[in-house]
Amino acid sequence: MKPFTYLTPHTLDEAVSLYESHEGRAAYIAGGTDVLIKIKEEKIEPDYLISLAHIPVSEGVRFNEDTRALHISAFTTHRTLELSPLIRRDYPILHDAVKNIGSVQIRNTATIGGNLANAVPSADGAIPLITMDAVAHIYGTKGERTVDLIHFFLGPGQTVLEKGEILTEIVVPPAPARTGSAYIKFGRRKAMELPLLGVGMLLSLDADMTTCVKVRIGLGVAAPTPIRAYNAERFLKGREVTDATLAEAGQIAADEARVRDSIRGVAWYRRELVGVLVKRMGALCRKRITDEKSIS
Amino acid sequence: MDREIQFNLNGNETTVVIKDHWTLLHLLREELGLLGTKEGCGSGECGACTVMVDDLAVNACLYLAVEVDSKKVVTIEGLASADGELHPVQKAFVENGGIQCGFCSPGMIMSATALLKENATPEEDDIKHAIAGNICRCTGYVQIIDSIRKAARAEEGDTVRVVAWQDD
Repeated sequence: MKPFTYLTPHTLDEAVSLYESHEGRAAYIAGGTDVLIKIKEEKIEPDYLISLAHIPVSEGVRFNEDTRALHISAFTTHRTLELSPLIRRDYPILHDAVKNIGSVQIRNTATIGGNLANAVPSADGAIPLITMDAVAHIYGTKGERTVDLIHFFLGPGQTVLEKGEILTEIVVPPAPARTGSAYIKFGRRKAMELPLLGVGMLLSLDADMTTCVKVRIGLGVAAPTPIRAYNAERFLKGREVTDATLAEAGQIAADEARVRDSIRGVAWYRRELVGVLVKRMGALCRKRITDEKSIS
Repeated sequence: MDREIQFNLNGNETTVVIKDHWTLLHLLREELGLLGTKEGCGSGECGACTVMVDDLAVNACLYLAVEVDSKKVVTIEGLASADGELHPVQKAFVENGGIQCGFCSPGMIMSATALLKENATPEEDDIKHAIAGNICRCTGYVQIIDSIRKAARAEEGDTVRVVAWQDD
């Protein structure tokens, strides 16, 4: 590996100013599982690596009782998210996704912020978060700003992060009562696999337990960035959720997906999968709502 | 850049001078001569380089040596007791045919040991989930899973040794 100097700032301000003073020659590193591979493969050649691992920010997840929002530090490892009882119980879509990212070894070091900032079209971490209307908190020389996560991604490897900016936190707003959510990563190997397709869905039902009052459908590897299937969402909202309407929503989502051929799969197959998996995730959301109601 | 780091390696306080760009795998194998940890792919795909850092399984090939400063590292060499008696997980692999060519074994055993620290009575699915990041190209997975299940059972009736090892 090409030599570099490793810098360990202890505040966000220090990190940002180190980046500025080494402009063009520095890269941020958190868990390192993506950055170190890029350096090994000589895709990037930074002279300085600025570690974000030593900044004493609130690591982990925190539920704000007043706003009922979930705060996830960007420096939280996937393993911490996977093992969080709060996430498993109340945010099953996120649990579904993080437990199959990389491997145990990768999840013990890789951070959710790194997964998002890396912005690969297949980022499993991104889909559940855009499906839950998450907001990204970003820190830089001009202070803090927030961006809806759905607008965070600009293209493969490209985000709205400007030079030196750091993704610090992801905030998930509260969902209505009677909400279920689910994510499926469709791939071939259990670990270290980038999905052929990722589908996340969030569904809220009316008190009648059949009418859809809110729905979000997030798709990964269905376009150059994570996307939402807006047409399918518009179709389903206000309708009765049945196997037939879920199948139709799946068809609409398949039509609006911008899938393409790649080494992992061909476009027509991905399009078929969108239809099938949206229907399946809708059914799983509905089941999770029913199960939770029967418990409480 | 050179810098001095101090960490606990297999129970011994260790001070070494490292370079910033060294991986933990490089430090262990090339500088400290601990050749039990293997390098397979070098990119986190195969798990042959799995070690424990503060009781968590990590890929030593994607972990910077500088980041183990003040931490506790356990490699395959650190599992057996001082008198050479194998750790229950190692014994189980030996006794149940969990080893074929042996190249994946150190990584598999470290992943299994990390799992058992977290969950003493894993189901088959838990075991598969825990070793999903370890590739065995002899494809002896059935015996490996079997070995880990039996190691878990051995440890239940043998908690004294395991507890003593955890507290060292």
